[in-house]
Amino acid sequence: MSESVKAKKKSPAAESTSAEGTTGEGKLKRAKSEAALPALGFKGMLRWAWTQLTSMRTALFLLLLLAVGAVPGSLFPQRPANPSVVTQYIKDNPSYGQLLDALQLYDVYSSAWFSAIYILLFISLIGCVTPRAIAHYKAMKSQPPRTPKRLSRLPEYGTLALPADAGIPASKAINDAAGLLKKRGYRVDVRDVDGALPSLGAERGFLKEVGNLVFHTSLIGVLVSVAIGGLYGYSGQRILVEGETFVNTLVGYDQFTPGTNFQSSSLQPYSMQLDKFEATFDRESPGKAGQPIDYTAEVTTKENPDAPGKKEVLKVNDPVSLGGTSLYLTGNGYAPMVTVRDGDGNVAFQGPVTAKVQGDNYYSSVVIKVPDAKPEQLGFVGFFLPTAFVTETGTSFSASPELFNPQLSLNSFYGDLGLDKGVPQNVFELDIKDLKPLNARDLAAGGITLTPGATVDLPEGKGSITFDGVKKYIGVDIHHNPGQLYALIFGFLAVAGLVMSLYINRRRVWVRTGTHADGRTMVEYGLLARGEDHRLAGEAAALREIFAREWNVPETPDTGTTKAVSSSTSKDQ
Amino acid sequence: MPVINETLGQYSELFMLLAAGTYTVAFIAFAWDLAKSSKMLRAVDLKAAASSANEKVAVAAGRVSDGLGAPDAGGPAGRAERPTSGLTVEGGTAAGDMKYGGVRRAPARVAVALTVLGVLIHGAGVVTRAFGAGRVPWGNMYEFLTTGAFVAVAVFLIVLIRRDLRFLGTFVIGLAIIMLVAASAAFWTPVGHLVPALQSYWLIIHVSIAVLSSALFTLTFAMSILQLLQSYRQKNLAANRADNLGFMRLVPNALSLENLSYRINAIAFIGWTFTLMFGAIWAEKAWGRFWGWDPKEVWTFVIWVVYAGYLHARATRGWTGTRAAWLSIVGYACVIINFTLVNTVFNGLHSYSGL
Ligand code: HEM
Repeated sequence: MSESVKAKKKSPAAESTSAEGTTGEGKLKRAKSEAALPALGFKGMLRWAWTQLTSMRTALFLLLLLAVGAVPGSLFPQRPANPSVVTQYIKDNPSYGQLLDALQLYDVYSSAWFSAIYILLFISLIGCVTPRAIAHYKAMKSQPPRTPKRLSRLPEYGTLALPADAGIPASKAINDAAGLLKKRGYRVDVRDVDGALPSLGAERGFLKEVGNLVFHTSLIGVLVSVAIGGLYGYSGQRILVEGETFVNTLVGYDQFTPGTNFQSSSLQPYSMQLDKFEATFDRESPGKAGQPIDYTAEVTTKENPDAPGKKEVLKVNDPVSLGGTSLYLTGNGYAPMVTVRDGDGNVAFQGPVTAKVQGDNYYSSVVIKVPDAKPEQLGFVGFFLPTAFVTETGTSFSASPELFNPQLSLNSFYGDLGLDKGVPQNVFELDIKDLKPLNARDLAAGGITLTPGATVDLPEGKGSITFDGVKKYIGVDIHHNPGQLYALIFGFLAVAGLVMSLYINRRRVWVRTGTHADGRTMVEYGLLARGEDHRLAGEAAALREIFAREWNVPETPDTGTTKAVSSSTSKDQ
Repeated sequence: MPVINETLGQYSELFMLLAAGTYTVAFIAFAWDLAKSSKMLRAVDLKAAASSANEKVAVAAGRVSDGLGAPDAGGPAGRAERPTSGLTVEGGTAAGDMKYGGVRRAPARVAVALTVLGVLIHGAGVVTRAFGAGRVPWGNMYEFLTTGAFVAVAVFLIVLIRRDLRFLGTFVIGLAIIMLVAASAAFWTPVGHLVPALQSYWLIIHVSIAVLSSALFTLTFAMSILQLLQSYRQKNLAANRADNLGFMRLVPNALSLENLSYRINAIAFIGWTFTLMFGAIWAEKAWGRFWGWDPKEVWTFVIWVVYAGYLHARATRGWTGTRAAWLSIVGYACVIINFTLVNTVFNGLHSYSGL
C-alpha cells in the first residue's frame, strides 16, 4: 500500500513530464519522418494514438463521457420508444425541433456520436485487457519475486525468535513457514534452504486480476449479446378481442419490428386464443378507487396448428412462452360490439371495435369504418365510456373503469372512405376531409348516443347502427430475443468478476530465517499488497499467530525484544 | 388481494411523524456535539502544542529507527486497518482509523441514543405500513422515501457499531429528516394496493437492493463532502493559515475519509450493479425487453457508469483524492435526480410508480 501511495504522491510531476516527453518525442519523430520516411511516422502516430486510447485516463474520460452522453435520451422523446411523440415534439418546437433532430437527439442510443463513445470505450477496453491478460498469465507462471534485502521496509513486518532448545534450525523453520503459507493459499518459492539465511517468497490473490479481466471481458460479452438480439430478434404487437386468435405469422401481427437479419421462415405458426379477460379495480381505498389491482387473461395456446389446445393464464409480469417467443400482456381496453346496416338494409358491418383508451377510467375513442355499406360507405367517430356521466355543462366523462353505464357517443359520415386507394390507413383514425357529415351535435339530426341493445337510424335513410354489447380486448407484445440469455450469463459473470476483483487481495509475503549468535532461530517476515488492501495488517497478524502456534513461541507483547532481534537479523545480512 | 388496513396505515403515519421529531432532537444533539467537541479538541491541541517539542523529537526518533529496519513505533497494532495512516497531517484532525476511544463526548452519546430511539419508532412506522398494505412497503414514492430514510439511518447505526462515524450524524440525520418531511408533504399517499405492473417478486428484490445501495451512497456522499472540506482545511493548516472550519476537528483527515468511502462505495457499486441487472430482468418479464432506454433505465445506467468512473479514478494517477470525491458527489446527485426528477417530470414507463 505504502508503495502505491508513494507512487501516487509522486505522480503529478512524473505524469506531466512523461506526457510532455512522449508528445515532444512524437512531434520530433513526425517532423523527421515527414521528410524521409512517412510510413514510420504514421506508424509512430498510430502507436501513440493507441497508447493514448488504452490509457487509464482515456478510459475514465470515455466512461464519464458515456454517462453524459446517455442523459439527453431521458430529456427528449426517443423515436424507438415513441415515434409519434417525437413528430409532435418537432411540430410543437419549431425553433429547435429540427436542430435537435439533426443532432440525432431523438435517436440518442443509435446516434453516431453515442455509438462512437461506446465503440471507442470498448476498443480501449480490449486494448487494455489483452496486454493485461498476457502479463498476468506470465506472472502466474513465474516464481514470486526475489526476497528484498530489508523486509523491515515493507508495510507489514514482524519477527519471531525461536529458543535455541526448541530444535528448529533455520532450514526447518523456512520449510515449516513454506508449508503454512501453502496451506493458506500462497504460491511459495523457497530459496537458499541450506544457506545461512534461507528465505522464501510467496504470493497469493492471482484471482483478483483474473476477476478484473473476467469483469471487463464480460462487459464486451453483454454488448455482443445485445447486438445479437438486435440482429436476430424480432418483436411485434397484436390486439386480441375476447374470442379472437393470434397466429404467429406475419399477417397475424398488427405491428411487426424485425431484427436486421430476421427471416420470416423463423416464425413458428403457434396460436393463442383469448378466451376471457378480467380486470379488477380497487373499490375500497379512499382516493384510489378505480385503480387497477389485477389483470388476468385466460388463453388457449397451440404449439402448432395440429397440436392440442392448452389453457394458460397470461398476466402482467407473467408472460407466456411459446415457440421461442414470449407473449406479454401490455394493455387492455373495451371493444364495443356494433352492427351497422347500410342504406339497402343489409348488414354491412358486425363485430367488435377496439376502443383506444384516451383518458381516465377507460375514456376511449372509437372509429368505425364501413366500406361495405351501399350505396354509400359509412364512417363513425366518437367515444366509448364504460360508466358515462354527463356534467351540467354537457361534457361527458367516465366515472368508473367498470361497465356500470356503458355508452357510445358517435358522429357519423358518409362518402368515400378512401380505403380502396391502397394507401395504408390508421384504423384508429378516420379522415373526414372528403366525407359528408350525417350525425353531429351541431347538426339537426344531432349526435348518436347508444346504450347496449339500442339502435339508431341514420338520417337520410343511410342505414342504422346497433350497439350490441361490450367485449374486452388485450394488447399483446410478442418478443423473440436470442441474445438475452447470453446477456444474462455475461451479466452474472461480470458481477462475479467484480466481486473477485474487489475482495480478493493480491499479497506477497517474504520470510527469512537465520541463526542468532546466541543459538536462537530468528524468523522475520514482511508483507506487501498490490493495490488497495485494507486487510493487510489483519493478514500479518494472522500469519504471526499461525507461525507462533506452529513453533510454540509464546506471544511476547514486548516489542523491545522484537526490535532488538530484528535489527540484529537485518544487520546480519 | 391482501386486505387494506387503514387504521394501521394511520398508526404508521403517526410513527413517521414521531420519528421525524425524535430525529430533529438527535440532529440538534449531533450539531451540538460538533460544536462542543471541536472546542474541546482545540483546547487539547493547544495543550499538546506546549509539549510539541518533545513530540517532534519522538517522531524523528521513530523515523531513524525505521531507517534502521525496526518496525514502526506503533507496531502492527498501530497500523491495523490503515497502513496509510502514516500520512496524516500533524494534528488538527481526528484519528484516521475512526475507532472509538479517547475523549468521551456526552452530546454525541445523547445524539446516538436519540437516533436509536428514532429508528425504532421509524421501524415501527415502516412495519405498520407494510402490514397495513399487506405487502412490502416500497410501492410508491412516499414509501420509497420513508423506507429509504429508515434504511439510511439503520445502515448508519450499524456502521457506527464498528467505526466512530458520529461526525456524520448531522448529515445523515439531516437527510433522513428531509426525506421524511418530503414524503409527508409532497408525496403523501394512503395505504393501497399495488398496480398490476408492480405485482412481482422482483419488486421485493430489485427495489430493496436499490434502497440499500442508495443508503450506502448517502453515507459516502456525506463523507466525500467532508473530505473536500477537510482537504481544503488541511491545506490551510499546512500553510499556517487561520482555521476557519473549526468544527472539522472532529472529522478524520481527508485521506482516511477517502479510503473508507471507497470501501463503502465498492459495496454500494456491487449493489447497484445488481439493481441494474435485476431491473433488466424484471423489465424483460414485465415489458418483454430487458433494456429500452426508458428514463429510469437511463439514469440507473448513468449512476452505474459514474460510480464505475469513480472506481477507475481511484486507480488513475492524478484522479484520486479531491477529484474522486467530486465523482462520488456527482454520482449521488444522479441518484437524487433519478429519484426525484425522473419519477415526477420525465415521462416513461416507470411513471406510474409514484404519485
Ligand atoms: C465499459 C467500460 C468500463 C467499465 C464499466 C469499467 C468498470 C470498471 C470497474 C467497476 C472497475 C473496478 C472493479 C475492478 O477492479 O474490477 C474497473 C477496474 C479497472 N478497469 Fe475498468 N471499466 C471499463 C473500461 C475500462 C477500460 C477501457 C480500461 C482500460 C483502459 C479499464 C481498466 C481498468 C483497470 C486497470 C481496472 C483496475 C483498477 C484497479 O487496479 O483497481 N476499464 N473497471
